[in-house]
Amino acid sequence: MDYRTVLTTCAYCGCGCSLYLEVLDGRVIHTFPCKTGPVNEGKLCVKGWNIHEFIHSPKRLTRPLLRQNGTLVEVSWDEALDFTARRLREIKEAHGSDSLAFLSSAKITNEENYLIQKFARAAVGTNNVDHCARL
Amino acid sequence: MSEKVRAKVKDLLDSGRIKGFLGLRQADGHLGPHLFTDGRELDALAVGDLKRPGDTRYPLNKQLLTLMRCDPDDSFGVLVRGCDERGLKTLITWNQVDPAKVVAVGIACPPELAAACECLKPYPDEFVDGGKVEGSTFASVATVDALDLHSRLTHWLHEFSKCVKCYGCRDICPMCFCKECSLEQEDLIHTGDLPPENPIFHLTRAVHMAGRCIDCGLCNEACPADIPLRTLYKKVADIIAQEFDYRPGYVEPGEKPPLNILGEAPKA
Repeated sequence: MDYRTVLTTCAYCGCGCSLYLEVLDGRVIHTFPCKTGPVNEGKLCVKGWNIHEFIHSPKRLTRPLLRQNGTLVEVSWDEALDFTARRLREIKEAHGSDSLAFLSSAKITNEENYLIQKFARAAVGTNNVDHCARL
Repeated sequence: MSEKVRAKVKDLLDSGRIKGFLGLRQADGHLGPHLFTDGRELDALAVGDLKRPGDTRYPLNKQLLTLMRCDPDDSFGVLVRGCDERGLKTLITWNQVDPAKVVAVGIACPPELAAACECLKPYPDEFVDGGKVEGSTFASVATVDALDLHSRLTHWLHEFSKCVKCYGCRDICPMCFCKECSLEQEDLIHTGDLPPENPIFHLTRAVHMAGRCIDCGLCNEACPADIPLRTLYKKVADIIAQEFDYRPGYVEPGEKPPLNILGEAPKA
């Protein structure tokens, strides 16, 4: 039996609540708020309390999927990225930069969030950037 | 305060009496729950007094339940204060913990913490560190009881109205081990409502804690809306004590809670 409590930060929104994940034999089974977390001081909202549930969800995307003839098909990263880059370029050239928008996420790092807005503004040329925590 | 606890735990681990010890560990600038399995890692062991006495208490008994369900053959040690020991006794009563598989390492709470908790018995029966402090009465309950009935109702309706329905009070509770929770039963509560039905949601939980709550106060500390849940459950505990002469954790393990017995009517 391998049992550990792992200190981490809640990924659901931008608050950054500290929490401990209870991990049993590699599976995350429960969450406890971190008493010494300066943001949340031992408290969590209903989402934070249940954050362990999405980690092993069978609904999570683990590989790139591409819709082909109306059906999602598993493809390689290269194929997915090539397709995305080609379509972004086509749409931008046909309809202009502001016809595109980029939705960022709380579940990625600060640096990745920086990159996506930089890509939107510098590479694509639009300020259409938003974030899933606004939902 | 940790030295005597550390020595005791080291002895338990080194002798093989326990497979692991659930305590608190200072690491990464935080103090949180940890399962110690090696006597050599005990330098980081803490008892939960980071800046103030008892400011970093965790529901170790709840984690103990997880461990024991996963590994019923091995024995584990756990750090207990007075409240945690009441919890262990009550979990034994409810057949959730095998007493032969648990070694409690007790600490007595300092006066500051005992007073803040209004704890009736701020020390376990046996403890390796700390000093025995006299228990307090429930001053917070007396304050609410002093209000007339209408004001008391207004007070609680106001407090419950702050609820954001995070279920934190339940999720942190070391005595909440039910597989199916009353707070998620459509027959008892309109489960989809936010804010939750007032006062049904909180009174359902309060009734469920009758004969079970051991007054550790972790629910109160976990509440993002600062609802004085501890005062509510203290009051419920007082009622059970008055009517049935029973207080969870203050009776010997095995003595069934009154609401789980079909027997004679309560005394008049």
